[in-house]
Amino acid sequence: MMSVSEIKRRMEEESAEETIQSLFDKIERSKLNAFITLTKEQALEEARKADKNGTRGLLGAVPIAIKDNISTKGIQTTCASKILKGYVPPYDAHVIERLKAEGAIIIGKTNMDEFAMGSSTETSFFGPTRNPHDLSRVPGGSSGGSAAAVAGGEVPIALGSDTGGSVRCPASFCGVVGLKPTYGMVSRYGLISYANSLEQIGPFGCSVEDVALLLDVIAGHDPRDSTSHVMKKNRYVDELKDDVSGLKIGVPEEYFEGVDKDVDNAVRDGITLLEELGASCSEVALPHTKYALASYYIIAMSEASSNLARFDGVRYGLRLEKDKDWHTTFSEIRAEGFGEEVKRRILLGTYALSAGYYGRYYLKALKVRTLIKQDFENAFKKVDVLITPTMPCAAFKIGEKIDDPLSLYLADVNTVPMNLAGVPSISVPCGFANGLPMGMQIIGGHFDEGLILRVAHTFEKHAGVA
Amino acid sequence: MKDVIIGLEVHVQLNKLNSKLFCGCSTKYHDSGPNTHTCPVCLGLPGALPVLNRTAVEAAIKVALALNCEIAEQTLFYRKNYYYPDLPKGFQISQYDYPIAIKGNLVIEGDGERNIRIRRVHMEEDPARLVHKGPIEKSKYSLIDYNRSGMALLEIVTEPDLRSPKEARQFLNKLRNILEYLDVFDGYLEGAIRVDANISLTGGARAEVKNISSYKGVEKALSFEIVRQKNLMRRGINVVQETRHYDEARGVTISLRTKEEEKDYRYFPEPDLVPFKAKEGVPKIKKTLPELPDAKRRRFVEQYNISEHHAKVLTSEFKLANFFENVAGKVDTNQAATWIADVLKGELNYRGLGIDAFSPKHTIQILRMLREKNITEKGAVQVIRALLDEGGTPTEIVKQKGLLKVDVGEIAKAVDEAIKENLAAVKDYHAGKDEAFHFLIGQVMKKTSGKADPDAVNKLLREKL
Repeated sequence: MMSVSEIKRRMEEESAEETIQSLFDKIERSKLNAFITLTKEQALEEARKADKNGTRGLLGAVPIAIKDNISTKGIQTTCASKILKGYVPPYDAHVIERLKAEGAIIIGKTNMDEFAMGSSTETSFFGPTRNPHDLSRVPGGSSGGSAAAVAGGEVPIALGSDTGGSVRCPASFCGVVGLKPTYGMVSRYGLISYANSLEQIGPFGCSVEDVALLLDVIAGHDPRDSTSHVMKKNRYVDELKDDVSGLKIGVPEEYFEGVDKDVDNAVRDGITLLEELGASCSEVALPHTKYALASYYIIAMSEASSNLARFDGVRYGLRLEKDKDWHTTFSEIRAEGFGEEVKRRILLGTYALSAGYYGRYYLKALKVRTLIKQDFENAFKKVDVLITPTMPCAAFKIGEKIDDPLSLYLADVNTVPMNLAGVPSISVPCGFANGLPMGMQIIGGHFDEGLILRVAHTFEKHAGVA
Repeated sequence: MKDVIIGLEVHVQLNKLNSKLFCGCSTKYHDSGPNTHTCPVCLGLPGALPVLNRTAVEAAIKVALALNCEIAEQTLFYRKNYYYPDLPKGFQISQYDYPIAIKGNLVIEGDGERNIRIRRVHMEEDPARLVHKGPIEKSKYSLIDYNRSGMALLEIVTEPDLRSPKEARQFLNKLRNILEYLDVFDGYLEGAIRVDANISLTGGARAEVKNISSYKGVEKALSFEIVRQKNLMRRGINVVQETRHYDEARGVTISLRTKEEEKDYRYFPEPDLVPFKAKEGVPKIKKTLPELPDAKRRRFVEQYNISEHHAKVLTSEFKLANFFENVAGKVDTNQAATWIADVLKGELNYRGLGIDAFSPKHTIQILRMLREKNITEKGAVQVIRALLDEGGTPTEIVKQKGLLKVDVGEIAKAVDEAIKENLAAVKDYHAGKDEAFHFLIGQVMKKTSGKADPDAVNKLLREKL
C-alpha cells in the first residue's frame, strides 16, 4: 500500500509519468482483477502535462481509481453489467468534476458487484476481484475493486459507493480505510442509482488521513442533487488530531451477536485501547436493529426495481442482433443483459411495490426506517460515537456463499442500519486473523464526519495494525 | 333518455415556461430539429438526477388558484412505473397522494351557468414524442424525439359533472382561456393539450377514452362513444369498464384493455426529490394573479357599458380582450364592441385566423371613417375583408376600391335622374305600392355604385316624390 504523501514524494523524486507508468505495470501483471477499464493513455498524458506545467489542487497529479458506477465523461462506465458494456457517458459525475478540479488523475474504473448488488464482487459480468491478502478469497463488495486496488498498492486512493455497506465491507475485508459519509454530504449526481435514498459515494485510502483528504475534495453542496445538503466547506484533513480524551463511546451489544470470535476480540481490544487513551465506554441499546436488514432489503430492492427500468436498450447499452416488437425487444435485452442477482432484486422489488403489497412491505419498511433513525438519535444523546465490528467475519472464499444469497445478505447486518439512518460511519483495520484483516466500525451522528475521522485517526496511530 | 356522465383528465403543457420541469433544457423546441433540446436528465441517462423547476411550481399554483383550488400544505412527487419507448427512465415522475392542489371549480356558460367541480390538479413530466413512419400498425420502426421529454405538464381532473360532449368542449375552451390569461400556456403549439375522458350512461359501466389531442376531438370522441354505448344498451349488451383509444383520423374509439388488464403502476415516492411546502408561496403568488375572464367580463360591462353578450365574446380570448381595450379608448365603445365581436371576429373565424392577424390601429381608422360617414357599413366590411385577404392600409383600400361615400349633391342628382327615368314606378308609388319605392332606391344606389348613404337616399327620394 502507498499513501498519498508517499506517492507525491515519489513523483517529485522521479516524475508523475514514471510513477503512474509503474502503477500500470503493476496492474497489468496483477491477478486481482480490480479494474474493468484502464485509462492508461489519458492518465499518462495528464501525468506528462503535470510534469511539464507543475501540479495544482489538493490532489495534484495523484492517481485515483473510480468505481464503475460513477459516470466519467468519455470513459466506459458499466456498473459491471453486460447491459452497460460499451456505454460511454457524455458527462462527468459531480465527484469527478471535483477530482479533476483538484488535479487528480483517473487511472481506471474498478470492478464491483453488478449494479452494486452484493457483498463480494462476485456478481460482476467481468469476473470476480480477488482479495490481495488471499487470492482465493473475496475482497468484499460491492466496491471490491476499489478496496482491492488500494490494498494491493495499485493506487493510493479510490472512490466507492455505499448503499448498505459497499464501502465499509470491502474496506474491512481488504484491510484499508473506507468511509460512508452522511446522506446528503456528497452529491450523487452521476452515480448510477441502485437505491437512491440509501447510497453515498465514499472514499478509500490506506490511512484515515487520505480518506479525510479525499472527503474534503468530494464533499459539498451540488444544486444538481436535490438531496445534497447545503453546508459550509470543511477541511477535515486539517482537523485530524491524536486525541480522544473525554470521548464517550457507545457499544451496542446487538452488533456483536453472531460475530466471529476473532472479530469480536479485535474490536473489543480496539475499544479498550481507546479507553486507555482517555475515552469512556458504555453500553447503549439500538433495539430496532433486528428489523434493519429486512427493512433495508425491501427499500433497496423496491428502489432498484424502478431505477433499473431505464436499461431497455433504446438509448444506450446492450442491443441484440435483431429488433422485434417493443415488448419482446426490451424483455430479451434485459433477460440477456442482467445477471442473476440483479434479476432477483428487480423481481423482489417489483413484488414489494405491487398493489396490495405496498402497505405490507414498502410502507412498513419505511416505518421501521423511522424507528431505526430514532434509535440512533436516542443513542447520540448519550454518547458521541458508536463502535461495532464492520463485518461479522473476515473475507470468505470465492464461491463459498454465492449460491446462498440469504447468507450473503446476512453479512450486511452491521452496515445497513447507518444507510437507513443516513448517519456517517468509517471502517478502520483493527487486526488480523489467520492473515486476514478485520475492520472496526466507528459511527457518528449526522455530519459528525470530523469526529469519527478523529477517533479513527487516533486509533490508527496507536493500534499499529498494518 | 339516458343521462350522460362525463369527467375529464386534461393534460396541459406549461409551454410558456423557459425551462423543463426537472432540468434546464429550453422549452422553445417547436421550430428546431429532433433531439436538439436534451440533456442527461431529460434523456434519463444513468446517474442523472431531477431538480424541480420552482417557476413551474409557481405556474401550477397560479393555475390552481385560478381554478379556486385548495393548495396543499405539503406536496411530493411519486414515480409511476411502466415500460414504454417514449419514457426514458422506465417511469414518469408524477404526483399521486398529496397532489399540489385539490377541490376547485370552474363555471361554464352554456344554456345558463354550470358549475364544474375540479377534483385535483397535479404536476408531472411529459414523455418524449414518438414518430411513426406511416400508420402505426404498419410502421416498421418508431423514431423518438426527446425534445418534449421532461416538459412540465399539469393534469387537471374534473369530477363527473359534465353532461354532454358540448359541455366538455365548453369546459376546455374556458380552461384554455384561463391558462392563456395566466400566461403559462400557448394553446396553438403542438402537444399543448391532451385529454382523457371518462364517459358513461346511467346504468352502464364507464369507458375511459385516451389520447384525444384537440378541442374538436373531445366533442367528436365523446359523441361517438355515446352512440356506441347507447347501441350496445339497446341491443341488451352490457357496457364493460375499459380503456379505449381515440383514433383521430377515423373519428372512432377502439378498445385498448379491459378492467382486468389494468396496469399496476407501482407508485412510490420519488427518492431523488424532497417534499416541499406548496402553500407557503401562495400569498406572494396571489398578488401576481392577473384579472381573470369572469372578472374582466363584469368590468367590461360596467366600464364600457357594452352588452353582456359582447363582453362574453370579447373576454373569451385573452388577446381579443386586449385588442378591444386598445380600440375602445379611441372610438365609441359600443360601436367598437359590435364591430370587433360581431363583424371582425366572424371574418377571422371564417378564415381560421386569430386576432393577431388584424391591427387595432386599422380598426380605429375604419371605425372613425364610419363614424364620420366617409364610408358605409357595407364599405367598412369590404375594407376589413380586403385587409385580411390582400393587406394594405384602410385609406389605400378605400381609395382603390372607390368606397368613399357620395356627397348629398350627387345623391340629389341621382334621385332626379331615377325619377325622370322611371315614371311608371313613380306612378305606382303614388298609388301606394311600397315595392315601387324600394325599386327607386335601388336605382339610385345603382347610379352611385352603392356608395350613397342609404338614409340620405331614403330621405331625399321621399321629399322629391
